[in-house]
Amino acid sequence: MTAAPAGSPIDKTLTEEEIVDRLRDGMTLGIGGWGSRRKPMSVVRAILRSDLRDLTLVSCGGPDVGMLCAAGRVRTLVFAFVTLDVIPLEPYFRRAREAGELHTRELDEGMLLLGLQAAAWRLPFLPTRAGLGSDLLALDPDLRTVTSPYPGPGGRPEELVAVPAIPLDAAVVHVNRADRAGNGQILDDDPFFDQLFLGAAGQGYLTCEELVDGGPLAAADGDFRSLDVGRHLVAGVAHAPGGSHPTACAPDRARDLPFLEAYVRSAAEPDGWERFRAEWVDVPEAEYRARVAAR
Amino acid sequence: MTARGLPEVHDHRIGAGGRVPEVHDHGGNGGRGRRRVRVADVCVLALAETFRGDGEIVANPIGVLPRVAGLLARATFEPRLLLPGRDAFLLDADGEVEGWNPYRRMFDVVWSGRRHVVMGAGQIDRYGNQNLAAIGPDPRRPARQLLGFRGAPGNTINHPTSYWVARHSPRVLVERVDVVCGVGYDRAAALGPDAARFHEIRRVVTDLAVLDFATPDHRMRLASVHPGVSVADVVAATGFELAIDADVPETPVPDATVLELLARLDPEGTRHAEVAHREREGRSP
Repeated sequence: MTAAPAGSPIDKTLTEEEIVDRLRDGMTLGIGGWGSRRKPMSVVRAILRSDLRDLTLVSCGGPDVGMLCAAGRVRTLVFAFVTLDVIPLEPYFRRAREAGELHTRELDEGMLLLGLQAAAWRLPFLPTRAGLGSDLLALDPDLRTVTSPYPGPGGRPEELVAVPAIPLDAAVVHVNRADRAGNGQILDDDPFFDQLFLGAAGQGYLTCEELVDGGPLAAADGDFRSLDVGRHLVAGVAHAPGGSHPTACAPDRARDLPFLEAYVRSAAEPDGWERFRAEWVDVPEAEYRARVAAR
Repeated sequence: MTARGLPEVHDHRIGAGGRVPEVHDHGGNGGRGRRRVRVADVCVLALAETFRGDGEIVANPIGVLPRVAGLLARATFEPRLLLPGRDAFLLDADGEVEGWNPYRRMFDVVWSGRRHVVMGAGQIDRYGNQNLAAIGPDPRRPARQLLGFRGAPGNTINHPTSYWVARHSPRVLVERVDVVCGVGYDRAAALGPDAARFHEIRRVVTDLAVLDFATPDHRMRLASVHPGVSVADVVAATGFELAIDADVPETPVPDATVLELLARLDPEGTRHAEVAHREREGRSP
């Protein structure tokens, strides 16, 4: 790669397809958002149109997990839950699990936070009480406890769960606004674990509702605390208006509940996934947007 | 957190089956003549009671009916409670935002212990072990996949937890849960007093009864039966042997003041949907 001349603006813009081109079979991929909220679905669709496979997915799971499971792209899922949120259970994830198709590493939600944080801080693990007494330790023979080197209550050292770092080869998150350098702004009330996903990742990618050209991101309202994503964590940014559809991207857009309900129904129909896929995956993103608008 | 928080298990097949007793007409309602006591109102009052004494902590009742219970507790005997709402916020008694509490920050609350959660349960056993993850003998290939472990392990080992079971049945209150997500008293005891020093399963409220763990070895006890429900009804709907005292009281019913409050806190009556099966299947006198 040749360095840009000093003083020229940093431009990391890519298309979704270019992001997917940088991913490899067998990678560990983190996906930001939460359930049916702010999922980078345009990249998920691009993955589904590619032949990328054998992924280890790490996600606060929603339809991202369901669709990648439906298409058989997931080898291992690292998760604390998968849900469509207003619709509690994700049908394709459920089907894959009940067919015994998925390797899984199940976690408590706080353990997911700590595993990503440990990776982002380059630590081997972080200790927590979460998990003690539950079946998580029995289900995951690689999960260990650690004895505190310090005296605990009553002078006895405490035994804690040592949540191993969850390093990601790559992570993708969807934000409201970004600049070409990869700074991201989350105007949604909740940034979820997005910064942790990017911090834990070797390559971080953003998709954004609005790509801000020229001028600082927060100029509009001076809300600097919404500048959640620093460009040092971002290798590429794709302009993806409507990219989170059918999941929400507050305040730009609510989740498309009728769409999600139709998606759920498809899982109960013969060839339902194939028909869903033909209509809503195997189309260019511009055509996808036009179809959504025409609904 | 039904909020961005933790959606409850809505799969009603989990709770199907089991005999459902009739709904009971109740007289005492502030002298306005006979008015039927509605199941949801009894359950809301019982769930509100679980927050008594909690003080200035985040009460996190997950689900529509439990949330009304949190509002009721704050509006009456626990005015200092903080309640999540609108996904990422804490809302005051007027419904105004009084704090920002996004997903990531909720773990600061959980691990600090300043929280009391009311979770749902796909299965729960006599010691209060709870399963939200998967039904069936093989957790690697579940007969029915549920949500996952969610935050149940961390919640139960860090701060008080209560449970709301909208359909009390032998398929929910089971001899042995298939997967332990939320930690019960036997598991906590096995960890020893240090690791389990923040563990407390306070109460289980169902559409039939209130249950607690006020027994020497923390086995589940039938604390009270809702109006119109007999002890035998509860026994028949429970998949394990409950501790049952000689006299089992009736769950308190809301008085006129509470009913007026509920009409204000939940004007659209959203709390009734989850237990509508009891009113449908109940035989009105």
